[in-house]
Amino acid sequence: MQLAMIEQVLGSAQKVAEQAEVFSVSSHETPVHFEANKLKQIQTKESSSAALRIIKEGKVGFSAASGPGGAGKNGSPSRPSPDKERGGRGSPFYLSLRGRGISRDLINMAVETSLFGNAAKFQLPWLGSYPEVSVFDSGVEKMTTEKMIELGNRLIAKVREHSPDILCDVELTKGVTSIRIINSQGGEASYDKSFFSVALEGVLIQDTDMLFVGDSESSCRVPDKVELVADRVIRQLELAKRRATVSTKPLPVIFTPLGVASAFLSPIALAFNGKTVLEGASPLKERLGELVFDRKLTLWDDASLEYCLGSFPCDDEGVASERLSLIKNGVASHFFYDLQTAALAGIRSTGSGRRASGTGQVKPAISSLVIDQGDIAFDSMVEDMKEGLIVEQLIGADQGNLLGGDFGGNVLLGYKVENGKITGRVKDTMISGNVYQVLKEHVGVGHEARWVGGVLRTPCLYCPCLSVSAR
Amino acid sequence: MHDEIVDALKGHNADYVEAHFEESESTRISYRSGRLEEVNRTYSTGGNVRALVKGGWGFVSFNQLDGIRDKVALAVKEARLASGEEFKLPSAEPVVDVATQFHPDPWISSGQALNPLPSRERRESASVPLAQKKQVLDEYNDIMLSTGKIQTSRIDYHDVRRRVVFANSEGSYIEQSKPDLTLRLTAIARENNDVQQAGLSLGSRGDFAAIGGRHEQVKEIAKRAAALLSAPEAKGGEYTVILDPILAGVFAHEAFGHLSEADFVYQNEQLRKIMTLGRRFGGKQLNIVDDATIPDLRGSYKYDDEGTPGAKTYLIHEGILVGRLHSRETAAKMGEKPTGNARAISYRFPPIVRMTNTFIEPGNTSFEEMLSEVKDGVYVKDWYGGQTSLEMFTFSAGEAYMIRNGKLAELLRPVVLSGNVFVTLNNINAVGNDLKMNQGGGCGKGGQSPLPVSNGSPHIKIGHCLIGGR
Repeated sequence: MQLAMIEQVLGSAQKVAEQAEVFSVSSHETPVHFEANKLKQIQTKESSSAALRIIKEGKVGFSAASGPGGAGKNGSPSRPSPDKERGGRGSPFYLSLRGRGISRDLINMAVETSLFGNAAKFQLPWLGSYPEVSVFDSGVEKMTTEKMIELGNRLIAKVREHSPDILCDVELTKGVTSIRIINSQGGEASYDKSFFSVALEGVLIQDTDMLFVGDSESSCRVPDKVELVADRVIRQLELAKRRATVSTKPLPVIFTPLGVASAFLSPIALAFNGKTVLEGASPLKERLGELVFDRKLTLWDDASLEYCLGSFPCDDEGVASERLSLIKNGVASHFFYDLQTAALAGIRSTGSGRRASGTGQVKPAISSLVIDQGDIAFDSMVEDMKEGLIVEQLIGADQGNLLGGDFGGNVLLGYKVENGKITGRVKDTMISGNVYQVLKEHVGVGHEARWVGGVLRTPCLYCPCLSVSAR
Repeated sequence: MHDEIVDALKGHNADYVEAHFEESESTRISYRSGRLEEVNRTYSTGGNVRALVKGGWGFVSFNQLDGIRDKVALAVKEARLASGEEFKLPSAEPVVDVATQFHPDPWISSGQALNPLPSRERRESASVPLAQKKQVLDEYNDIMLSTGKIQTSRIDYHDVRRRVVFANSEGSYIEQSKPDLTLRLTAIARENNDVQQAGLSLGSRGDFAAIGGRHEQVKEIAKRAAALLSAPEAKGGEYTVILDPILAGVFAHEAFGHLSEADFVYQNEQLRKIMTLGRRFGGKQLNIVDDATIPDLRGSYKYDDEGTPGAKTYLIHEGILVGRLHSRETAAKMGEKPTGNARAISYRFPPIVRMTNTFIEPGNTSFEEMLSEVKDGVYVKDWYGGQTSLEMFTFSAGEAYMIRNGKLAELLRPVVLSGNVFVTLNNINAVGNDLKMNQGGGCGKGGQSPLPVSNGSPHIKIGHCLIGGR
């Protein structure tokens, strides 16, 4: 969105409100999509949108719009007039290839919602100096579509060399997002973030038996070794070659980094969210400073890591980013907050204000979660088990009582361990547990960590006893 | 606008070109911590063009609506880069139709209502003043908060009014109105460090009146959340389960609906063998349908996002696989007829094969009969969600009771059910006579979520179903 346009929106908003803020985001991305081992579709996605937040008579008003900029000539959707485009069919819509402009819509809708808005407990910050956080790499823009197609073909060829019958879907995406924030306190925050991601999903089918494998890499840079994704998938295929069964009983379980993301990410992120805490719905409410988890567990919410997708110099409210400790040696140490929730809690924002889907309303959210490495090798964990389970991927894990810390689901990809050896893939198996019980003590922490989905860096976690149901 | 778009699509060296333009206006209201927290309004315009060249697709989406010709040229260039094995889209008569009115929908008389609602005034949600929306939500919120042990509540209300224009190089030009409304209410109970919740999901095709008058139901969920605090957990293992119409509808959607989407099947020789039309999947009493033509359901429409008319498609008839859901491409590649199931959640995405209103048709067993046959089992109701990997599915019940000797016994904490589709469909041993459609929730696939759909079923009984637990 043009700077002139967002400045004009801010100027108009300041005339009707005590405080105002305009957040604008534009992005350009190119996904290259392979389906069933073949190149299928190439896309170009351009988008630009803006959100306006005002504080009027002490209350928050909010609106967002995307589309052609400018004041528009047709007025606002809040005050419909006959549809000129379609010769007065009675619809108040104005869809026209010239666009009607969104500036006035933003102001009118924000004023309207402020009548019902929440009381603002915060002051917008002055948009000033921010830490250096590298999130842009020009190498991403230089990556050509042709080169991406070649990379995709190479990954598929490598996996098929191992398993000729596999059907792979691959998506490679490159892009750049530009963020700009201005507000009535003055100053400006803006940055560009580049991103590149590769995801591979494969399925092998024999009769009605389906084996799903998959992995991904994403970062602000083009990874040096895209082949890593294929290597990991091949390892999954190798371990899943044979079949094994488990019976219904408590068993020790190793969660691989993918498994940790699948089982624990949602309930943990929810419990440390300042908003959940203020609602009184977090089981960790009033437990800061207490030993809640195993002493070997240390967890950070880190927005300052170089070239990580979750990193940024400032959050979506213009508050400087930081590295925040959530769990320190098992002790719950901090919750994460945006401006409003921090003010309600009587502390300062942790720079965790994020807007859902581009220009949604600000809420506290994680940047990158990082679990510190421990001292146990994956092989030692496996050797330690007489009978046990390794979990890579769950389905339906987010459907239980997440607020209460429950996790569980069907093991989409997992392996059986017998007498210290991986014996094959399990099916028709469910696990269930509660993070506050399972991670409370006797957790083994792996000595190697990796990124999963660009938002979590974690080692393997070894839990000595978990409910397993099988048919 | 018609002429500009039609012109822009002409004269490109492509096998097929289509364009979508969209204008939408939405209102979101949310309550957290037991009080109104956010009200926001959004206005959006955007569009996309999609081109097909020798079997490869190019797709360009944008917010700036000018320079359409250049955008088509870019999509054609991308399609050429992706080209490979050529295929021919099934021939279709060009459709020119403008169907943008909210009410009465010109096509409403063509279908038959499933469970007609009591006659009442329909109200387009986009034209209901904010103050009235807030008043209804305030009432529900007060009911939840005034129930014992309820610590807090959450409410998420969203309505959208959307006008979509579709045009393609075959001469079709269609304008449609696609309104939607969802409401999710959650009551959260807490005792010491134990947190339990119960929820209610409602929805309609933009009709605000459909979410009114639910005070009794809201009271029920609040009471249930409180009761869950003292409920035991289910013991994991295999059970005979009875699913209520809401959860059975989720089962129809998750366990079988997704498997019927031809884009999972068409390029996969192995899966094509499994999903051969004529293969038996269940007993004679089992009929599963996807139907976009039923009036007034969230998944209903006159045309899909490729301009194909919406249809009623039997997926399973008397236990036998008889059909699947298609886009034009999957139909072409499988030598079957398009079913009008190509849908996109917005102009930012290309259409893919999706469900509409998916349900199990009613049989003739009453709920009481079904219950009386179960010696030791679980009655599962309501849902948090569901997910499928085609072969395996999971779905979560929001409410569960033990069944002992044909009678409902104690309330259990929420359970997760899981199973193998092929085995489970065969294990459905009774289909009830009490079909109900559920309008809450939405469907996610291929990064496109939530798509308005509905699903439904009568009560069904399933043998040997796996329940997770401790």
